[in-house]
Amino acid sequence: MTEKTIDRPSAGRRTVCAALASLPAVSLAQLRVEITGVGSQQFPIAIAPFARSGQVPADIDAIIRADLARSGLFRVVEAGSQPIAENAPVALADWKARGADALTIGGASRLADGRFDIRFRLLDTVKQAQLDGLSYTSPASDLRLTAHRIADRIYEKLTGERGVFATRIAYIVQTSRTSWELHIADADGANPQAALRSREPIISPAWSPDGSRLAYVSFESGKPVVYVHAVMTGERRAVANFRGSNSAPAWSPDGRTLAVTLTREGNSQVFLMNADGGNARRLTTSGGIDTEPCFSPDGQSIYFTSDRGGGPQVYRMPATGGSAQRVTFNGDYNISPRLSPDGKLLAYVARRSGRFQVQVLELASGQETPVTDTSRDESPSFAPNGRMLLYATEVNGRGILASASIDGRVRTRLSGPNGDIREPTWGPFIK
Amino acid sequence: MTVQRLIRAAMAGAVLSFALAGCSSVDLEEQKAAPIVDAGGSSTAGAAATGPDPRAVAPVDAQSARGLDPFTDPNNPLSKKSVYFDFDSFVVKSEYQSVVEAHGKYLASTKNRRIAVEGHTDERGGREYNLALGQKRAEAVKQRLMLLGASDAQIEAVSFGKEKPSAVGSTEEAWAQNRRADIVYK
Repeated sequence: MTEKTIDRPSAGRRTVCAALASLPAVSLAQLRVEITGVGSQQFPIAIAPFARSGQVPADIDAIIRADLARSGLFRVVEAGSQPIAENAPVALADWKARGADALTIGGASRLADGRFDIRFRLLDTVKQAQLDGLSYTSPASDLRLTAHRIADRIYEKLTGERGVFATRIAYIVQTSRTSWELHIADADGANPQAALRSREPIISPAWSPDGSRLAYVSFESGKPVVYVHAVMTGERRAVANFRGSNSAPAWSPDGRTLAVTLTREGNSQVFLMNADGGNARRLTTSGGIDTEPCFSPDGQSIYFTSDRGGGPQVYRMPATGGSAQRVTFNGDYNISPRLSPDGKLLAYVARRSGRFQVQVLELASGQETPVTDTSRDESPSFAPNGRMLLYATEVNGRGILASASIDGRVRTRLSGPNGDIREPTWGPFIK
Repeated sequence: MTVQRLIRAAMAGAVLSFALAGCSSVDLEEQKAAPIVDAGGSSTAGAAATGPDPRAVAPVDAQSARGLDPFTDPNNPLSKKSVYFDFDSFVVKSEYQSVVEAHGKYLASTKNRRIAVEGHTDERGGREYNLALGQKRAEAVKQRLMLLGASDAQIEAVSFGKEKPSAVGSTEEAWAQNRRADIVYK
C-alpha cells in the first residue's frame, strides 16, 4: 500500500473545488478533542458515504465510522446515504448546522491493475478549512487496513494522539471440546487468521513489544508450557518448559526479558528469564500464589497477582527484586493486572458480589472506575495509545470480545469467529 | 486385599460364569435329545464334587486380562484416580484418603512408576489465577503421596486450571465435578 498527501484539489478540479481550495489553514489545536477522562465531550464528526467507481469490496466509510465511534471520543453524526467524492463541492456550513464539527469525504475507485485508489479529506466545518487529505493505492486485501489507517489519521488530527485502529489483536477461540486456535485479527476483530491450532488448550497470549512475536501457554504436551512464536514465519520454540506448570508470560518493554510463572520450586512464583528461555531466576518469594506478572512501561516495576494476604490482590515490586507493595484494596478478589502505556492506570478484573468486572484504577488518586456492565469479564488489555481497553466477556454462555473506552462510557462488542472466544490481547503500534 | 488374591477371586468368578454358560447351552440342546449318561465325572457338576476338573478351560480375554490390572478394577482403590475439592479449597478430604493411600503406597513400592497429578478448577475466575489454584490442588495431592512414601521424582504436579472441565455447565454439580486433581500414570 502506498499513500500520498493531498494538499490541494488538483487544477483540473478547480471549478468544483473552489470552495475547498480557498479554505484557510487553521491551528489543529482548535479542533482537538479535549480528553479529560470521565464526562469528556465527544467530538461530533460526520463521515459521508465514499463515492465508488467499480466494485469496491469493503465498506470504507462504514469501517471509519465504526472505528471512531468505538473509541468513545467521537459522536458520529448521521451523514445520509448520498456519497460525496473527495473532490466534490461541500457546503460546510450545512454540515455545521447538522451538528458536525468535522466532515470526512472521500472515494474509492478500482484501478486498471486491479488495485484501488482510496482518497479522503478531513474538513473543519467551523473554520471551513481542510485538516487533512490523503490518497492511498491499496490491493483489495488491504482495503480494510486502508480504512483503519484513514480512521487513525482522522483520530490523530482531531485528538493529537495516535490512533490504534490499524493495530492488531490476538485471542484464543475454542471451536470444540478438542480444538483451540490462536488468532490474530484487526483491532475491530475483522480479518481473523489462525496462527496456531491445537487439540489442547492455549491461553495467555502476549505480544512482543515490536509485534513480531507472541508468547503464550500451550498445553499440547500435556501440561502448560510457555512458547514464543514468530508470527510471520510460524517458527516457535518452548522457552519455559520446566518441571511443573509454566505460564503467564509477559514481555519487558525492551523485548529482551520474559516474566513467567513457574512451579518448579513448588508453588506458583514469578521468574524472569531471557526471551530465548535462558537464565531463569526467581523474582517473587512468597508461600502462596504469585502469578500474572506485568511490566510497567518503564520496565522498572512488575505488577502481579498474589494471594499472600489471603485472597488474590494486585501487588507491585521492583523488577530487580525486593519487597512487594499491595496496589488494590477494594474487594477480596482483584486479578489480571495490566498497566496503561503511560503507567498511570491499572486495569484488572475484580470480583464484586459474584460478578467479575473490568475495573480501571488511577494509581495516583486511588480512584477506581468499573468499565463494563457484564459479569464474566476476563483478560483486560490496553490499546497502545491507552484510550481503550480490550477484554473478553460472556454473552449467552459464549465467550466474546469487547472493547471499551477507558471511562467505560462506550463499549462495543467486536466481531469474531464462531466459537468460544477468550484471552484477547491488544498488539503494539507497528512502525 | 493383595493383587494376587484379587486376580484369584476374579479368575474363580470367570470360571464359574463360563461353567454356567456351558450348562445353559447344554440344557437347551438336550431338551429334545435323550439324556446323556455321565460316563466318568467329566461334567462340571461332577468336577465340583470331586475337586478341580482336569478338563476345565479357563477363558482368557486378552483385553480383560489386563482389566484385572488394579488400576481399572473398580473394586480396587487404585482404579480411582480423582480427588475432588470443596470451593476455594486445597484440602484433601478424608473421603479420598483411601484413594491417596492406595496410590501413595503403590508408588512407594513401585519406584519406577511415574505419575502426573493434574489439578483442575471450576470455571469461575481468571484463567491464570485458576491455573495457580489448580496447581495448589495438584501439589496438595503430591504432598500426601510423598507422606506415604512416594518420592518427589515420581510425581510431577501440573495444572490445567479451568481449561479442561470434566463436566460442562454452570451448575453447582458441574463445578464440583471440575474441582479436582487427577492422578495420571505415565
